[in-house]
Amino acid sequence: MIMESEHFFKHKHLISLADLSVEDLDMVLLTAKSFKEISSRSIKKVPTLRGRTVVNLFFEPSTRTRLSFEIAAKRMSADTFNISASTSSTTKGETLVDTALNLQAMNPDMIIIRHSSSGAPNLLTRHIKASVINAGDGTHEHPSQGLLDLMTVKEHKGDLAGLKIAIIGDIAHSRVAHSDIIGFTKMGASVAVSGPATMVPTEVERLGARVCLQPQDAVADADVVMALRIQRERLLDPLIPSLREYATFFGINKKLLKLAKPDALIMHPGPINRGVEIDPAIADGPNSVILDQVTNGVAVRMALLYLLMGGE
Amino acid sequence: MSLADGAELKNGDLGAFLLQNGRVIDPGNGIDEQGDVLVVDGRIAAVLKAADKVEIPSDCQRFDLKGMWVVPGLIDMHVHLREPGEEYKETIESGARAAAAGGFTAVACMPNTSPVNDSQGVTSLIMAKADGVRSRVYPVGCISKGAKGTELADIGEMKQAGVVAVSDDGMPVVDGQLFRRALEYSANYDLLVISHSEEISLSRGGAMNEGEMSIRLGLRGIPNVAESVSVYRDLALADYTGQPVHIAHVSTSEAVDLIRRAKARGCKVSAETAPHYFTLTDQDVGEYDTNAKMNPPLRSEVDRQAIIAGLADGTLDAIATDHAPHSRLEKDLEFDQAANGIIGLETSLPLTMALVRDGVLGPARMVELMALNPARILGVEGGDLSLGSRADITVVDPEKSFVYSEDTIVSKSKNSPFIDRHLTGKAVLTMMGGAITHNEL
Repeated sequence: MIMESEHFFKHKHLISLADLSVEDLDMVLLTAKSFKEISSRSIKKVPTLRGRTVVNLFFEPSTRTRLSFEIAAKRMSADTFNISASTSSTTKGETLVDTALNLQAMNPDMIIIRHSSSGAPNLLTRHIKASVINAGDGTHEHPSQGLLDLMTVKEHKGDLAGLKIAIIGDIAHSRVAHSDIIGFTKMGASVAVSGPATMVPTEVERLGARVCLQPQDAVADADVVMALRIQRERLLDPLIPSLREYATFFGINKKLLKLAKPDALIMHPGPINRGVEIDPAIADGPNSVILDQVTNGVAVRMALLYLLMGGE
Repeated sequence: MSLADGAELKNGDLGAFLLQNGRVIDPGNGIDEQGDVLVVDGRIAAVLKAADKVEIPSDCQRFDLKGMWVVPGLIDMHVHLREPGEEYKETIESGARAAAAGGFTAVACMPNTSPVNDSQGVTSLIMAKADGVRSRVYPVGCISKGAKGTELADIGEMKQAGVVAVSDDGMPVVDGQLFRRALEYSANYDLLVISHSEEISLSRGGAMNEGEMSIRLGLRGIPNVAESVSVYRDLALADYTGQPVHIAHVSTSEAVDLIRRAKARGCKVSAETAPHYFTLTDQDVGEYDTNAKMNPPLRSEVDRQAIIAGLADGTLDAIATDHAPHSRLEKDLEFDQAANGIIGLETSLPLTMALVRDGVLGPARMVELMALNPARILGVEGGDLSLGSRADITVVDPEKSFVYSEDTIVSKSKNSPFIDRHLTGKAVLTMMGGAITHNEL
């Protein structure tokens, strides 16, 4: 693999996008771009990571992210193993640390973890030698999702610097929003967020995003409009009174989108609640790049596996 | 006479001691000057200026304490000793040894053991276990049966068995009427009510202070108002009933303000804070360090400064550790799953000495906060060096620097965020009733 960059990617784990420099981010995006072509070949496999062992350790249900990592690893010829919470020892009372130590004893090269507790990947790195990728931890971060969002916008808009990104939804509890805010602002874009004030505390500004009470203010003149999935359990918190009221005031619809740039990209990390956070016509419309995000997810994860496992 | 590790204290261990040339700091008697303290038969026989002449027993053991402070034995009015029920974390014996190592001659232990201390039976067990250990142990009984917050515990019987105060510490008394009745009923027995002030509808599910850091780490926050709303209720009920209330582990600037104003209007309130609240902030949670997890949580720098100001101006009366031993079983977990609490007996004095070195607290104020006031608030003996009183004495080397390393911790548990910190100021001699319980001179 010939890299155009002279930059050396020195990280072993990917826990938070806050840990990556602009040069690191550029390198991941560049590497992902060059790997993307592999997925469009008839034989979608390169031998780069042959003999490497990748474990998908998923303590939360996930279809898309787990499959995306698995496909990425297999296209790089790594051996992949999936452990989900229902089949692991955790249901027998084993702690995360014990699970980690047992996995470590089998010498995997990479552990990809999804967990409902924020910081679970950090705990893992303190106890094992393998590389760790955070595939979503609690309400902390989902860095590979942030990277695939950067890649998708970059593909369509070129330079990320100076772009206006609007994110609408439960910012406080969205690990995707956290990684996106960190990633986009690092690359020089500006991020405006909006949603019910119960979901968008003012402290979010300290992460680098502008907080708008009215979604119209966040979307105005935006290059990218992203909706986040509204989780039904938030109704009990109570953060919002009903999904219907949310859809009325914060759902992405045609009227709201008129305020954005005419060619504004429509994004969503999935899975979509159609008719709640986004109007189906918008999700399926010409400006939607929601499925491009999924495609790029594989490329970004191939790049991460390659770079974190010490690809030269 | 010094005791071997693990040995029990016996009456025969009491000798005569002359603590010479130290700086005697005894705010209870208005003393802060160079001098000697003579201990005979477990009691303070004389406190003298260097020039005074008094007959010294010939078999007296002498300590030259030049450069050191001789202060009343320190009293920690808020610890968890885990016995009965969780002896793998701490026992009354190991906790008392940790107390002595930290310069404490007395501790008040909270009732959230297993079973909880809500009856004279459990109180008596604790009193029996505390016999012969290296610190005085004052049990605190529950306010409510089973600490469930619904019915009053048998407070009078517990008082007879030895409790010095009542508290449902660990959990707030949610029911306002029950808390009011506890204040009233405790008056019959002259028992202090200690409040764990927390509005749980605002704190439920929280793992750390609510703020920028909790959002950054994706952890559910516990806002300052969860404390201040509850403190307000407790102060209002203390006003209404005319009874004293003691607010445990104050962590927020809002609570300090409320207590300051309550004192100004004559409310019978006393309050404590813990060394971690004036030393650390929520930034110290770092990358999910479970040894920085406690309840109430580490707060912001604004709160930390307010706590320090409250200690200096008299709003806060006592420094108590909330010593909460936990093993790796409870701490080597995902942050939101890990138990609340840190040990504190062996770091309280050095961390407080940092405030003295910074000039925020005078040495006499430190003694008030760590000995005199806790004794007065709990209504127990000690806290001063009065003639004829029990010889509970701590000798502090204000310049002694050390690394608080895990292998030197006396407590059975090692859950401290201060491990591997360089600390300055240490108890080098602890004496309880004339018996030496800790000696590194």
